[in-house]
Amino acid sequence: MADSDGRQVDSINHSTEEDVKLQEVVQAKCEGKELTKEEKQRLRKEKKQHKKNKKDDRGPPEKEKEKEKASVLAPSKPATQSPAHKAAPVPVNASASESPVAAEKPAKSKAEQRAERRARQDTERASKQGKKEGGQQSASSKPKATPNELQPVKRLPEHIQVDDPAALKKLAKKLERQQVPLRSDYGYKVSLFSHLHQYSRKNPPTQQISIPATVIHPSIVRLGLQYSQGIIAGSNARSVALLHAFKQVIQDYSTPPNEELSRDLVNKLSPYISFLSQCRPLSASMGNAIKHIKKEISNIPSQCKEEEAKRRLQECIDSYINEKIILASEAISKYAIEKISDGDVILVYGCSSLVNHILCEAFEKQRKFRVIVVDSRPRLEGREALRRLVKKGIRCTYVLISALSYILPEVSKVFLGAHALLANGYVMSRVGTSQIALVAKAYNVPVLVCCETYKFCERVQTDSFVSNELDDPDDLIVTRNGKTHLENWQTVKSLGLLNLVYDVTPPDFVDLVITDLGMIPCTSVPVVLRVKNVDQ
Amino acid sequence: MELQAVLMAAGGGSRMMDLTYNTPKPLLPVGNRPLIWYPLNLLERVGFEEVIVITTKEVQKALSTDQRLKTDVKMRLDVVCIQEETDMGTADALRHIQQKIKTDILVVSCDLITDVALHEVVDLFRAHNATLSMLMSKVHEFTETVPGQKGKKKAGEQRDFVGMDVTGKRLLFMANEADLEEGLVLRKSIMHKHPRMLIKTGLLDAHLYCLKRSVVDFLVHNKSVTSIRGELVPYLVRKQFSKSLNSKNRMFGVHNKCTSKDEALLQLARERSCWNDHRGDMSEAYHGGKLRCYVHIMEEGMCYRVNMLAAYIEANRVVPKLFEDPPIHPTAVVSERSLVGSDSIIGPFCQISGKTSIKRSNVGTSSTIKEKVKITNSIIMNGVTIEEGCNIQGSVICNNAVIGRGADMKYCLVGSGQRIEPEGENDVVQRSAGYTTRTKTHTLQFCSSAVFVLNPAFCVCVCVHSHAHVCLFVCVILCVYVRFNVLIAY
Repeated sequence: MADSDGRQVDSINHSTEEDVKLQEVVQAKCEGKELTKEEKQRLRKEKKQHKKNKKDDRGPPEKEKEKEKASVLAPSKPATQSPAHKAAPVPVNASASESPVAAEKPAKSKAEQRAERRARQDTERASKQGKKEGGQQSASSKPKATPNELQPVKRLPEHIQVDDPAALKKLAKKLERQQVPLRSDYGYKVSLFSHLHQYSRKNPPTQQISIPATVIHPSIVRLGLQYSQGIIAGSNARSVALLHAFKQVIQDYSTPPNEELSRDLVNKLSPYISFLSQCRPLSASMGNAIKHIKKEISNIPSQCKEEEAKRRLQECIDSYINEKIILASEAISKYAIEKISDGDVILVYGCSSLVNHILCEAFEKQRKFRVIVVDSRPRLEGREALRRLVKKGIRCTYVLISALSYILPEVSKVFLGAHALLANGYVMSRVGTSQIALVAKAYNVPVLVCCETYKFCERVQTDSFVSNELDDPDDLIVTRNGKTHLENWQTVKSLGLLNLVYDVTPPDFVDLVITDLGMIPCTSVPVVLRVKNVDQ
Repeated sequence: MELQAVLMAAGGGSRMMDLTYNTPKPLLPVGNRPLIWYPLNLLERVGFEEVIVITTKEVQKALSTDQRLKTDVKMRLDVVCIQEETDMGTADALRHIQQKIKTDILVVSCDLITDVALHEVVDLFRAHNATLSMLMSKVHEFTETVPGQKGKKKAGEQRDFVGMDVTGKRLLFMANEADLEEGLVLRKSIMHKHPRMLIKTGLLDAHLYCLKRSVVDFLVHNKSVTSIRGELVPYLVRKQFSKSLNSKNRMFGVHNKCTSKDEALLQLARERSCWNDHRGDMSEAYHGGKLRCYVHIMEEGMCYRVNMLAAYIEANRVVPKLFEDPPIHPTAVVSERSLVGSDSIIGPFCQISGKTSIKRSNVGTSSTIKEKVKITNSIIMNGVTIEEGCNIQGSVICNNAVIGRGADMKYCLVGSGQRIEPEGENDVVQRSAGYTTRTKTHTLQFCSSAVFVLNPAFCVCVCVHSHAHVCLFVCVILCVYVRFNVLIAY
């Protein structure tokens, strides 16, 4: 009934819009009434069937996505092909299931959007049922397909909806359920970034939890503190430390009676993960590691003994670290060293553990090169990179990012680390990286990004605003000679401090990505992701 | 379990024997609660569910009988008794309970009254994987006149020198003035690693320590260490910079072996992390040292160690403001015609008659105050009886003392169970103790069995004003038979 009502409303709308075609509309109305009288019963049946089919439909769109990826991968294919692909499976399904013509209409009108109204009116004007069906089919299939497609992409993550009170409330509720304290926001955000979290180090996450931490495992509490204070920084370090903490959690875990390890352990980990993301938003690498561990846990058969299961999990964590991080960095340095030739001047930015590793390896392989370490405030991580390189005996120069264009003419290669590689080929990295890539491009210096494949991420991002991280703005304050000029910046209404952590570099500025699978262009990230998915 | 709490409550209170002669230090009333309640409350507030209390038989008995303490403290108390005669140090005590210690420990002294955010101390311990983290606060200048004190307190008799790194968190150096011969001697290895060091004095050690489990193991192996504050902490602080890491590993080897593989992972994480605790030299974070000591210094807030009379008095003044108890306990009977200031607290079962005035004072449990009594700035402990017409100012009256009719006391300390005989009983003075008016204080000191008698009708009325300016509006001086000390008669 509701469906036919909806249709009537629609048609009333039409009538207000176009008085001239009143007659036709009346006709249409009549049709609708006839419909409801004659075929109510059939209509309901069809609806049920339609729902079933909808469920079945969820399969194909994912396949389509992969096809899309494939099309991205192979740019030679004309882009127009993919829509054709997309459209193809749906009508097949629909025509198979929904042969009765009249029943089809109301079901569709529910899903229809106003934008397509005009299209439908055209078809009405044509007043040929067969054509109508075909037109509506294609029109309605799109909106149906899009929500299906969006679903695997998931709803917006919590950490980018801070300005939405509803989302925040939901988060608070979730944390309360998990007995994890909600960390209060620092406030004083710059206008474009009000949707991101901003925490203060003066307001540590442990403030509200009991001191012999009972709800949250002590090693997780420690890790969270280290994240929030920046003692463990850099996505490799964070992942390793996370996995280490998980190992300890698994070590101390014992399955409660009447529970299944594979389910209970996953449930147990989720408050820990929320706590950690309260300490600092999770990195893409950590997200992948968590996904992997969760999958391993759920793969454990129920008849498996607890000790055995724990041992297996620990081994799997060890092998993950070994394969994805340690061996990957070995492989990458092997590839990267080929790119370093004698006499090179290599520019690095910030402190990437992987780039440092590569340079040290190359130096040990007797390559003759020198390094320019570019650094930026407020973290000044480049100092640490400088220390590590100089300690090895590598010749280094240290400049701040403001001197970049001055120093670039003498640079022969730029090596950059990455926080994550996104599915559209963008490189997410420490803020400033994109600037370096841009200037390097301007000077025609090759830019090489080094990144392990476990940092590849299905997310798509084209700017640094939507999803980013805000660090403590107080880090920007400098005290010199006992004077702190920005001491009470919060009280100045017209002043905002922005301490961004990441930015994204478009693939145009990146010449090559060196991964553990070899050297690939940025645009091949989806291929790697797909291969990985197949592997798993 | 992450941390176990250990409460050290076996100390005798040797620095305020006047008060602790009959009452063990943990049971001294502060703001009408036993002193031991404050650290217990501190621990309970932050979430501890169990605490190991090291104490004496006497205190244990009192703990098990004190109903109020039982209802106030929900934590499970694991009371361990030690013999008083053996004179155990705090480290000895830890060694004594080593069987019970399974994890890292938080050691608290029973005389600590503080409103510190304890997570600050524990976070240092957690985040840096420290061996020791401790709490310090600024030393208080006690402004109140202290009864029973002869002359000015010797200023800074034992100053502590505490050295910290630039962040003010890492504890680099610690020395007590008493141990110094001529000047401060800094090891070259410290200066090498931390060229900028901040050495502070005027810090009060709150005797609150987070210690690693391995430290307890170390204590078990090194029986010569007897005290935590005196020996263990300075040792650990010193050991941060000792070159022989191997010897350290031998010391703490028990603990290291079982976690060696995890250590490797942690090491990997640290290598990959782009963080360093210092800059300016070529060494890695923490200079590769495994032993780290941290200190949290309270910039604001309250922190008292009730180990001296002055601190005791100060704590009594400040503490009631922090806890939102009703100033007058519901079971106390206070006459309507009496005047009790809002800055005073009256304990349970007190009886206060009319025409009395009580200002800035604490009156303990089951005390009786008769008519026309004036009490200002004083601490009246439990079970004290004050007869009619007394005037008590700035004094401390210990448990079960009886103050006779018409006594006029200023800055006096009356020991527990003492009787000040009332006027008019005519056998003028029986026995008395020293009676000095040296500086600004007018002091009564009691030996154990001394009884002091004042007869205001004929007797002394000495009023002491500022700075050794002594006014006498004396009618008659009818003094005094002195047993031990000097007689001063004007």
